[in-house]
This record gives sequence, structure tokens and C-alpha cells, in this order.
Amino acid sequence: MPAIDRRLLGHFDWTLFLSVLALAGIGVLSVMSASYASSHHALNGLVTRQLLWILIGTIIMVGALFFDYRAMLTYAYPLYAGCLALLIAVSVIGHSTGGSRRWINLGFFHLEPSELAKLAIVLVMVRYLREEPPRGGWRLRQMIIPAVMLGVPAVLVLKQPDLGTALVLILISVTLVFVSGLSWRTMVALGLAAMLAAPVSWHYLKPYQRQRLVSFIDPKADPLGSGYHIIQSEIAIGAGGTWGKGFMKGTQARLNFLPEETTDFIFAVFAEEFGIVGSIVLLMLYAGLIARGTWIAQHARDRFGALLALGLTGIVFWQVAINIAMTTGMLPVVGIPLPLVSYGGSSVLTMMTAMGLLISVNARRRIHS
Amino acid sequence: MAYSRRQKNNRPVPKLELRIAIISAVMMAALTAVAVRLYYLQVIRNSEFTELADRNRIRIRRVTAPRGLVFDRRHRPLVDTHPSFNAVIVPEDSDDLTQTVKSLETLLGQTGIKAKLDTADDEGRPEYEPVTVEERLEWPQVVALETHQLDLPGVSLEITPARHYLYGSLAAHLLGYVGEVDREDLMKASYKSGDEIGKFGLERGWEPFLRGEAGGQEIEVDSVGRRLRVLKEIPDHPGQSIVLTLDLDVQQAAEQAMAGKMGAMVALDPNNGDILAMVSNPSFDPDIFGGGIKSADWRKLMTDPDHPLQNRVIQGTYPPGSTFKIVDSIAGMEEKTLTPDTTYNCNGGLWFGGRTYHCWRKHGHGAIQLHRAIVSSCDVFFYQVGEKLGIDRLSHWAHLLGLGERSGIALDNEKGGTMPSSAWKQKRFHERWYPAETLSVAIGQGYVTTTPLQMAEVAAIVANGGIRYRPQFVKEVEGLDGNAARTYEPIIEDRIAFDPEIITEIRNAMSDVVNGAGGTGHKAQLEGIEVAGKSGTAQVVGNQSANLESGEDEDKIPYKYRDNGWFIAFAPKDHPQIAIACIIEHGGHGGSSAAPVIHDVMKRYFALYPPNPATTPDLTNAMPDPNVAERDD
Repeated sequence: MPAIDRRLLGHFDWTLFLSVLALAGIGVLSVMSASYASSHHALNGLVTRQLLWILIGTIIMVGALFFDYRAMLTYAYPLYAGCLALLIAVSVIGHSTGGSRRWINLGFFHLEPSELAKLAIVLVMVRYLREEPPRGGWRLRQMIIPAVMLGVPAVLVLKQPDLGTALVLILISVTLVFVSGLSWRTMVALGLAAMLAAPVSWHYLKPYQRQRLVSFIDPKADPLGSGYHIIQSEIAIGAGGTWGKGFMKGTQARLNFLPEETTDFIFAVFAEEFGIVGSIVLLMLYAGLIARGTWIAQHARDRFGALLALGLTGIVFWQVAINIAMTTGMLPVVGIPLPLVSYGGSSVLTMMTAMGLLISVNARRRIHS
Repeated sequence: MAYSRRQKNNRPVPKLELRIAIISAVMMAALTAVAVRLYYLQVIRNSEFTELADRNRIRIRRVTAPRGLVFDRRHRPLVDTHPSFNAVIVPEDSDDLTQTVKSLETLLGQTGIKAKLDTADDEGRPEYEPVTVEERLEWPQVVALETHQLDLPGVSLEITPARHYLYGSLAAHLLGYVGEVDREDLMKASYKSGDEIGKFGLERGWEPFLRGEAGGQEIEVDSVGRRLRVLKEIPDHPGQSIVLTLDLDVQQAAEQAMAGKMGAMVALDPNNGDILAMVSNPSFDPDIFGGGIKSADWRKLMTDPDHPLQNRVIQGTYPPGSTFKIVDSIAGMEEKTLTPDTTYNCNGGLWFGGRTYHCWRKHGHGAIQLHRAIVSSCDVFFYQVGEKLGIDRLSHWAHLLGLGERSGIALDNEKGGTMPSSAWKQKRFHERWYPAETLSVAIGQGYVTTTPLQMAEVAAIVANGGIRYRPQFVKEVEGLDGNAARTYEPIIEDRIAFDPEIITEIRNAMSDVVNGAGGTGHKAQLEGIEVAGKSGTAQVVGNQSANLESGEDEDKIPYKYRDNGWFIAFAPKDHPQIAIACIIEHGGHGGSSAAPVIHDVMKRYFALYPPNPATTPDLTNAMPDPNVAERDD
């Protein structure tokens, strides 16, 4: 036992671990700045709670080193089922804010099951897709089960309504299906089908979601309506310039021009205060994390580990890409947190657990030249 | 069959490593795209967004400078400025504008705020530019807004200096009024929407002095428009004050004397052209224009058949009637077609050109010479003076006296009246002048029309012996330190080389109009001061009753056909200090309607400024003071 421990410690991925902590640190600073306006204290409740989540998350991350990721083959389905149960519970007893029902009030903690769903979907997908695909790759027929696995939580999340998380669940699943060996022919067929389905799904969007899409295409059409968020966020980021306005000196967040400044639009707060230099540092940290994740996937000891590593990396990548693209006006506004930076216990803990699993996969990688 | 299936499955199993490599390339490409976007926003468009962020949080508030005050010649305030509160709203700063407007309307007890916002937007209001929704709030409204500030995001109070005319409609046409700048004003100068600008009278003419220089505040606000702090303050510079030539007491006496009458009166200092008092009735209250005149008030002023906005002193053109006989007398004697001894016989009418021209006195004046003809205002005498002169010589002298010409007073839209001549008629009607028409002109009827200001000038020129001054009403512009920043010297428009004996002859006759037996202007008499004057009673257009100065059945004539009563005068006769013209519309006899006004004004004037021959030039034989400035052109 102690011998194994020593080898695991030798494989502890310090780069990954420190990158995660650096991002979490940036998150704390940004939450501090964004929440200062309403509390007038640097160390307000929001900040101390975020620090607490990070502490717990760090313990999980380190602990995950000693957890064999292959045990997830056993836990994947129970965890997935538990997550579905929570999602159903949300729709029944959920705590609603701003017209959507996303949280379960546990008294000390508002649990957001849709965050856990990101991890759960990766686990079940990977468990199913770890099988070697047939020659030519996965066919449509074999994709029915993954479609159902994705469909159930995705619809539940969409009903909250939380378009952003549903989108992330879909994109993670699609990534895994592609990497695990979807046949090119099926890919083309599915792509065409998706294109045809787009006008139909427009019909099912909520009016505010449609409005967001419209205002994304032309934000100035209604500058005080739904385009307001995009414009104010772009202003904040653009006003940051090269070096930024300095910590706690961003006016856009401090004077409440930014919406959801501690969660979805936290990047705008950071970019206004730290400029392009800060933004690039942040982006490099994410890029390093993602590069490390794909490297771990390439070097995992088995197909399960490889896909798991890639799925976990995918959670980070898709959220980062969509969140920053949204706050910079490249994509319509969908509510997605910036991993490890945005305020929120469910999000922080899910992300740090995911990073812990990545560390676990890395520690048990193939040892070869 | 089996062969073909094998063929079909010939393709390889997808390679995991390759797919991972593809997806990581896609991820890095996406992150690179995000980085490029960040470079575009934060570096390339940085200055633009910095400005937008500042526009978001910084409101520039103009602090309008208090307008300069206006004083009378003895430095008593006539117009001042006091703080007034306006309710303004920045619609962009209200999350729920409908609710905010509703609360505001309840608090103010007003409606129509939404309409005002819509109008402002229609007029191209820039984003975040505040809209003034209610001006000159009452004190309880101010308190209500202050206490409910948190329920009214986007709404704030604005303190602006408001113009106040201390004596209401006193000298309203001269003082003028201020109003909100219109689009045209915004085009040409450094005015901002909502600023006040002089629109009329002195307020308009002396706008550059009165206006001052606006200051400003940079105020940081949060996203709902709540003011957090003042970042920067630029002080404003108050406008300069104006000291008028007007005397408040004399003006008040004139307003009282004119109360309830329609017409005009203007009093000048014949020694420099200073206007001492100016009244045009009916008048208006200039206060109603400040802070946005209500459209109902405006319509009422515009459609009033009595035209209260018209300054009759400079814009009213009336036939001068018998006051014109002063012009005949000067022209005749200067052209030597008339001497004090010229005698004509008046038997009540003159047969000329196939019709009879009546004298106002039906049974005539008998054999009559110039002095008595002026005193008793004999029409037949002056028909013949005119006929001997001919229209063009008469017109020449009338123009020298300022008739048919604008005086050049610094008020807008002054009219010049009409002083006809044969050339004028040819040009105007393409017709030759008929000698009979000269007879009408000679008694101040027919084509000739004058403004009250022109007739006051005629009186002033006779009084001062031949100088036509440009009438002025501003004595000095007073700097902020209290010293004169600019003074206005008398401007001589023309110096007429009259034969002093002729002027003396006319002055003596004018004195007897007021003081002598049979004079028509006894009501202008003052105790201890020799007033010289001339009455006039002019037919209004369309009145063919021709009962000039007969007065027999005046009360039976409908008001609008009643004659206009004129009186022009100056005093004291030998050392004149004041010259006045007055017209009472439809007042009948000038001697009974206009002369009493002149009496009241002069009485008040001389109580304040007793006759002082030592300081006023003796005009009986002296030429005017050579020290006063000549007009350049």
C-alpha cells in the first residue's frame, strides 16, 4: 500500500494542480471585485464562501489521486441515476430565481444539479463508449443508447430553463461520440439532420431565448433590452485596454452596468480590470489545462481512461469557449459559468472533482517511452 | 454475399489517438479565435469602449450661468434671476420607465410626461441625455421628489436660474423675454438643448453680454442613474448686467398714464437720444415665456386681435395727422415758400382739383398766419403750404427729420413708416403724383405714416435745434466687478443745418399750442415749466367721416372708426430735457387723449429731474455740443 502511494505521489500532476489553483485564485479576486459594489467589503460572504468551496475542492482534488478512476465503471450509472433524480427534484421543489428553477435549497447550500449533470453525462457516455467501435466506426444504430442517455438530462435542464447547460451537455456528448469513433458517414448524416432541425427547434425556444438570438445578431437594435447585456459586457472588456483599469477599479461592474457580474459575466469584470494582458494569461491557463487534459487522454492506460480524460477536458473547454465567446459578443447570451472562476459552489466543486479525476487518470497512465 | 460484407467492413477501426489530436486542434483553434477577438476589443477598439464606459458612468451636467441683471438708469433692478427647480429624467436610467413616469406624475400632480419623453426622442435626443419634464416646480413638489428619489430611478432635480421680471409687464417690449433655444439657435452657437436664450427686445439684442458662460459638472452615476460623486467641476461665469437709460419712475408714470388705453408712448432725452420711457399697449407678461411658455398662452398672445406682442413704438405705423404740420412749417420756411408773415384765408375749406378740402373748423379761421395756424392747427393754411412746396421738397425735409427712415434703434423689426414722394409713387404704383395728394400729406393723412418713435424724434430735433440722434436705451454694460465694461456714447445720425430763426419760430408756436390762447394742447401744461407741443388727430383707414378735431359727435362713432389721438412735445422750451410722442388709438382728439399722458409723464420727470439750464445747452441760438460722437457712416 505505501509503495503504491509513493508511486502515485510521483505521478501527481503539479502543472494541472497549480493551474487549477491559479484559475480559482483569479476567480476569488474577480468575485471580490464584482461583489464589492453591493457589500462594500472585500471579504464579503460571497468571497468567503467561494474560498470555502475552493478549499473543499482542493481536498477532493488531492484525494482523487488515491482514487482509481476505473472504479467509476461501477459508480457511473448510480451517479447518473442520482443526478437524474436531483434534476427531477429541481423541477418539483426547486428554488427559482429570475424565472428559472435551477437550485435545490439545502439550507446551507443551494445545490445546482445541472452542474453535476455535466460530470454524470461524461461518466455514462465514457462507460458506454469505452467499447471498441466496429470497423468503419459507430453507426446510427449504436448511437441510440447514448442519445437517450443525453436526451433525458438535457430535456430536464432545458425545462428549467437553462439553455446554456443543455448546450454544454450536448457538446460534451458529441465530442465524446466523435472521439470514440463515430463513422464519418453517420457524422455527415447527423450534421445534415441537425441543420434541418434548426428551424424546428426555433419554434420550441422560449421568447426570451429567441430575443437573445435576435439581439445577438444585432445588439444595437434594442440597446436597453436584451442587447444591453452584450453591449455592456463588450464595453467593460474593451475599456480594459492593455493593462486594465486595475484591481477593484473597473467601473462597469462596480457601478452595476454588468449583469450577473459574479457568475456568467465574471470574465468581463476580470478583463476590464486586468486588460488584454490579464485576459491572455487567463486564456493561457485554460489552454494549458486543456492541452494537459488532451495529453493525459493520449497517454491514458486504457480506452476508458482516455475517453474519461477527454470528456473532463471537454467540460472545461466548452464552458470556457462559450462563456468568453458570449461575453465578447461572438455568441448569443446563454448562461454558462466560467469554469473555476465564476462564483458558485456547485460549479466549483464539480469542476474541481473533474480535475481530480483527470489527476487520477494521469497518475495511472501507461509507463512507456 | 459474405464477400461483399467483408468488402464493406474493410474500412479500419477509427484511431483514438488521431481523433483526440483532431479535437485538441479544434480546441486550440477556438481558443485562438477567442484571443483574437479579445485583441480586437481590448486593443484595437479600446479607446472607443473607454469612452463608452465613461459615458456610462459620467454625466456631464451643464451649470447654466445666471443671466445678467437689468437696471434702470439709477441702478434699480428691473430684471433679475433666481433659482428654480426642474424635474429631469434620463429614460435610459429607469428599468421600468412606465412605472417611473406613473410615480412621477402622481407626485407632481401632472400628466403628459410620457408625451414629453416621446417628443424629445422624436427630436433626436441623444442617448442618456436628460429630458426636462416639468419646469419651475413648486416647493412641495421639490420636497416630494427629494423624499421619493429612490422610487424614481432616472429622475433628478435640476436647479436652473430662472428669469424674473420684477415689475411684470413694465417696459415688456423693450426688455423682451427669454425662451428655450430652438433648433436654429442650436445650429449656430454654443447652445445646448434646454438653454435659455433672449428671444425679443433687450434680452435678444444684448444676449452675448447677458448670457455669461455655462460651467459644468462631471458626475459619476451608477447604472440606475443615482449620483455617486462629483468628479470635476468647471465654474460658470455669470452674465454681465445692463444699465438702461430708462428711468423706472418715469416709466411707471407712463405705464399708469397709459393704463387701459391702446397705443404707444416714448420719451427721449433730446440731448443724446436716450430713451427715458417706452410704453406699448396692450402689453404682455414676459415671465410667462421663461421655462417654456404653455402653448395655450402662446396661442392667446399670437391670435389676440390687439397684437400685444407688437411694439407699437417702433412697429406701429400711423398717419401722423396734424403733428405733421411741424414738418410742413420747417420745410416751407427752409425752402422759402413760407414766412412767418405768409397769410392765407381759411373759410372752412379749400377748393382744389375739383373738390373741397375741409378744415376741421367748419366755419374757418379767417385770415391766418403761421403762428396761429400751428396753435389752432388750421388745415386750410397747411393745404396751401403743402401745395406751394410740392411733395418732393416736403419729402426731402421730412426725411431729414427721420420720417420714412428707420431710426436705427437696437430693437428688431423696426418699421420705417412711409414718407411719400413722386419717385416713391412712381416706383410703388407706377403712377405720377397728383398735386391734390400733397394736400392730404400736408395734414398728415394720405400716404404718410410714421411710428411714434419717429414723431418723438421730430420733437427732439426741434428741441435740440437740428441733431438727429439714434435712439438708444442701453447706457452701459456692467462688468462683474461693478465697473462699466462698455458704455454707449450718443450716436448722431444726422446734423441738419436749420436756420435757428425758423426753429425759434416753431418752438414759440408749439409753446402756444400748450400755453397760449386757443391752443389745442392745454392739457399738457405744467406749472412752472414751459412745455412746447403739437396735437394731432388722425383718421384711421376707412374712416371717411372727416370730422377732424370737430369732436361734435365723437361718442356716436363706433370705437374702431374713432380717430387716433396724437401729441408730441418737449420741455422746457428753451433748455429741453425731454421730448415725447404719444398716440392713443381711437382716442379721438390728441389734445384730450394723448396730451394728458404727456402731462403726467413730464410732471413725474421734472419732479425727479428739475429744469437745470446750467447743465442743458441753451438751444435758443447755440449749435449742438461738438463733443458727442458722430456717426461713422
